[in-house]
Amino acid sequence: MSTIVSLPDQSTARVPKRNYLTNENGLLSWLLTGDHKRIAILYLISITFFFFIGGALAGVIRLELLTPQSDLMAADTYNKVFTMHGVVMIFLFLVPSVPATLGNFLIPIMIGAKDLAFPKINLLSWYLYLAGGAMTLAAMITGGVDTGWTFTTPMSTHFSNTNVITTGLAIFVAGFSSIFTGLNFIVTVHRMRAPGMTWFKLPLFVWAHYAASILMVLGTPVLAITLVLVVLERTIGIGVFDPTKGGDPILFQHLFWFYSHPAVYIMILPGMGVISEVISTFSRKRVFGYTAVAFSSVAIAVFGFFVWAHHMFIMGVSNYAVLVFSLLTMLVAVPSAIKIFNWAFTLYKGSITFETPMLYAFGFMGLFTIGGLTGVFLGTSGTDIHLTETYFIVAHFHFVMVGGMLMAFLSGIHFWWPKMTGRMYPEKISQLAAVVTFIGFNFTFFPQFLLGMLGMPRRYAAYPAEFQVLNVFSTAGASILGVGYLLPMIYLVWSLKYGAIAGANPWQATGLEWQIQSPPLTENFTTIPVVTQDVYDYEWLERQKEHEVTHVG
Amino acid sequence: MDSHAVATTADAHGHEHDHPAYLRHHFVSYEQQTETASFGMWLFLLTEIMFFGGLFTAYLIYRNWYYPAFVAGSHQLSITLGSFNTLLLITSSFTMAMGVWSAETKRHKGLVWSLIATLILGIGFLGIKTVEYKEKWEKHHIPGDTFSVQSFVNPSSDAEAKAAGDKPMGLDMARKTEVYFSLYFAMTGMHALHMIIGIALLCGMLFKAVRGGYMDGNIAFVENFGLYWHFVDIVWIFLFPLLYLISRHQ
Amino acid sequence: MGLSPVLWQFLVKWMVNFAIIPPEASKIASQVDALLVFMTLVSLVGLVLVGLLVTAFSILYRRDRNPVATQIEGSTLLEATWTIIPLGLFLVMFVWGSVLYFRIYTPPPNAMNIYVVGKQWMWKAEHPGGQHEINSLHIPIGKPIQLTLISQDVFHSFSIPAFRVKREAIPGRYTTVWFEATTPGTYHLFCTQYCGTQHSGMIGDIVVLTPENYKKWLDSSTSGVSLAQNGERLFASLSCNACHNGQPDSRGPSLANVYGSRLTLASGSPVLVDEAYLRQAILNPSAHITQGYAPIMPTYQGQVSEEGLISLVEYIKNLSSNYRVQQTLNTTELLPEQPDKVPGKTNGAPSAGAQGVAKP
Repeated sequence: MSTIVSLPDQSTARVPKRNYLTNENGLLSWLLTGDHKRIAILYLISITFFFFIGGALAGVIRLELLTPQSDLMAADTYNKVFTMHGVVMIFLFLVPSVPATLGNFLIPIMIGAKDLAFPKINLLSWYLYLAGGAMTLAAMITGGVDTGWTFTTPMSTHFSNTNVITTGLAIFVAGFSSIFTGLNFIVTVHRMRAPGMTWFKLPLFVWAHYAASILMVLGTPVLAITLVLVVLERTIGIGVFDPTKGGDPILFQHLFWFYSHPAVYIMILPGMGVISEVISTFSRKRVFGYTAVAFSSVAIAVFGFFVWAHHMFIMGVSNYAVLVFSLLTMLVAVPSAIKIFNWAFTLYKGSITFETPMLYAFGFMGLFTIGGLTGVFLGTSGTDIHLTETYFIVAHFHFVMVGGMLMAFLSGIHFWWPKMTGRMYPEKISQLAAVVTFIGFNFTFFPQFLLGMLGMPRRYAAYPAEFQVLNVFSTAGASILGVGYLLPMIYLVWSLKYGAIAGANPWQATGLEWQIQSPPLTENFTTIPVVTQDVYDYEWLERQKEHEVTHVG
Repeated sequence: MDSHAVATTADAHGHEHDHPAYLRHHFVSYEQQTETASFGMWLFLLTEIMFFGGLFTAYLIYRNWYYPAFVAGSHQLSITLGSFNTLLLITSSFTMAMGVWSAETKRHKGLVWSLIATLILGIGFLGIKTVEYKEKWEKHHIPGDTFSVQSFVNPSSDAEAKAAGDKPMGLDMARKTEVYFSLYFAMTGMHALHMIIGIALLCGMLFKAVRGGYMDGNIAFVENFGLYWHFVDIVWIFLFPLLYLISRHQ
Repeated sequence: MGLSPVLWQFLVKWMVNFAIIPPEASKIASQVDALLVFMTLVSLVGLVLVGLLVTAFSILYRRDRNPVATQIEGSTLLEATWTIIPLGLFLVMFVWGSVLYFRIYTPPPNAMNIYVVGKQWMWKAEHPGGQHEINSLHIPIGKPIQLTLISQDVFHSFSIPAFRVKREAIPGRYTTVWFEATTPGTYHLFCTQYCGTQHSGMIGDIVVLTPENYKKWLDSSTSGVSLAQNGERLFASLSCNACHNGQPDSRGPSLANVYGSRLTLASGSPVLVDEAYLRQAILNPSAHITQGYAPIMPTYQGQVSEEGLISLVEYIKNLSSNYRVQQTLNTTELLPEQPDKVPGKTNGAPSAGAQGVAKP
């Protein structure tokens, strides 16, 4: 099978001596850096750390669910484990995953800027993230928290005697990290574009991040104030959500989901951006219907703000409110469908190769399609009644978040790894990892759809024996999935030293980031580029190459 | 293969130094730098609106539900102190605007004295807020275990309630005043927190201004702080009528 | 759906046997399943379509076969197609689902009302005849049953997968759901809203009985005092009858036939008197003063438990005349604290005090 990978002659090629990694040395040069690329690397290391903590917790959950009884651990331990799994994975991994690593690294380069608009705030947001992470770890070590990541009142305010306050404040702090990242992206995209880089020449990766940033900036503050009120209710006993004092716990649900539903799009939109880049590159074609894909990101961001109450269909909100929110939920499903079909048709008449990032992207398309369509089951009010709060919803959001987002994240990491490090990873084993991940994922989470159909509730430490077979399947699948995640850890680290020299543009991709050296210089561009070519302009790239050949040759 | 890459070889300091020293390396011009900073500040204020928005939503819902409790609760607030505080804040916004103008026109003394005036007015606001909080503390109007509904079930025992002509309230509705005070403290507390952060920044800015800072045209910080200060002022302009005024007359 | 009923039954049987769906034991279950099957089919078609496109293009246009890509800008027609067709399908699901939703959460007027109180970590069911159950619910087939749910502490959720219904039990307010069981048997009852340590232990059995067996069960598990009777005792022991006695000069409005009527409040706004209103009026009387009456009723918050409130509500619901209210006026006979103080009249069971007064 042919490939488009073209590496420089390994006997003569060197990783450029001067690049952002070697520019300065010493720990302090990293801890005080303003360079968006170095901050991206710092993020990458820290979110990987938290991913494996969250992953270990997930492993423990699956082990406990191997048998119907709660025998591996007591029910309250189980409750703490799934709560910490949710908190770590959502707030410390999924929300910052693609934006804070790939977004941070690539957005300035893609738009032809030397850095993000506010480098110091960018660094600050990493420290805030670390502070939030440290507080979460502290809460975990000193006894954990058992409210579920949703912090439902009055459970979280009056009935739980675990570390709700520390965890709440941790999320508050981490939330500001996310606000600052989003703010930085929006300002950068508005004000820092290179000459000639018009809005419709922006890569779809940038569009997706722009849309996600709007959600971060407008949604996260609402979560922040909600958590402040929860903490105040727990400490001094104000009565905003307390039913015994006349407060309304449903108000908490509204405020919480006003952030936490858009948060789903904060997590998935950047992943969609990655997929657009990867599919275009490996089919050597402009993304089919670029404008539609760009605007569908914005549409998701806008509609995403008006569907939050679909998490509350069975909570006694008015039937007519349910009608409205169900309808809006159907509308938000459409832009995702548009994206899927546009990606599929990008392949049409392309010249397709199947390198690792592309395999992950195919995995994304399949799993996200399932995740999205099962979301429609839950957005339809009549069927939501039966399916919500069961393993169906667990399977649904894992298909979107793990099957979608994590696949996209791995796709993006593999795609831009040569750019970030200057080296290639071993292709065969990385393709294997992609396949193993896909198989393990389906084994883990598909049975959970069936469990949910049968009515098995989520967050159960013990369950009726009739559900055991499917749970065993799920746990077995999780062990395969675990291998799929460990493999990249190993060969990517290996490649840092032993990987082949990648050269500037191993994939023959069109983005500005591929036209500079790998790893890039600290200042990205020695002179700000003037953008004359279109976005995804493969013909321009060919002409460039011919030009070089005639000049050099 | 590297040969067609655009920027593989260059000197980081190859560019000309014909720009002011405070131009950050990743901006092309000073205009771009200031525009970027002020755009960022406006966006940040937008997040602040969403932050307070959650509280305002809660306020609107509960006021609708527990209107009599909100009326009686607002009678416990001193319009005199509230109005005076409003005056202080509006004046401080004016002095802050004067400060920005002084910085723009490079008037050193003007800037320093404007900042001092803003600082004093801000601290004055917090001082009066403390007096108000203390009164609430003494009357057990702080939500929590010590909260007392005495002033509302038995208004004749309470000077403010008596003066406002409150009628005795059923215990159930009187208990809802705790929701009112919860929101009162959450909203004014969050506002006060913003004031404290503002005053801390103001002190730093004053320190720099006294030593001759902001006279070289690099006044983005002063301008953006001005925006922040006006925003905090505007939040109060909403809080004051909502908490103190609109429920006063049934 | 245009499916023949025989084929549909066969399909359902197959799905139940292969443990894809739980048994269908309520009238609404097959309707929910029909929509679920429809959605699953649409999803499968969508998934297969995407899968086929990706696979076919990957084979046809792989680099070996097609070394040079043809650049295509897009196609408005195609994009409009895959915008409008999914939107149309989603809208069909929306309408269909909303019809079901309204059906599941709108109880018919003739439904039998059973009250359910959730607390950490058990379900307490109160039948109108006074039968109490914990973590189980006995119901007959062929009769619409309405559940009125409330929680004493945190959020719970009452889920019966075999009926395809679920409703959250929320502290401080009533929620309702209804169903009509069709097949006798024992089915799972789950709490599906995470509620703390023993969340997974908050499970029970829904026992669906034939009408005859149900009658037997009712007789064997009666406590001798119906909910309304218990409510009557509470009504007297809390001295509600001192004001709500139906006499022309009474200080409180007459409660006979008040349930289901439309009242005008002192604030001028009209309200429908339902279970939720009655409960609120007992706990928060200040905001629920009937027009023409003085706001003198004290709150009973903290004095009556949720079960006691249920009894009172059920009593007021069934109150069609003030005759008995006036009969018990000015007696302390039914005060639970002094059951033996008053000799004489023996209506109701003399030994039992009213259940539901909150313990201090």
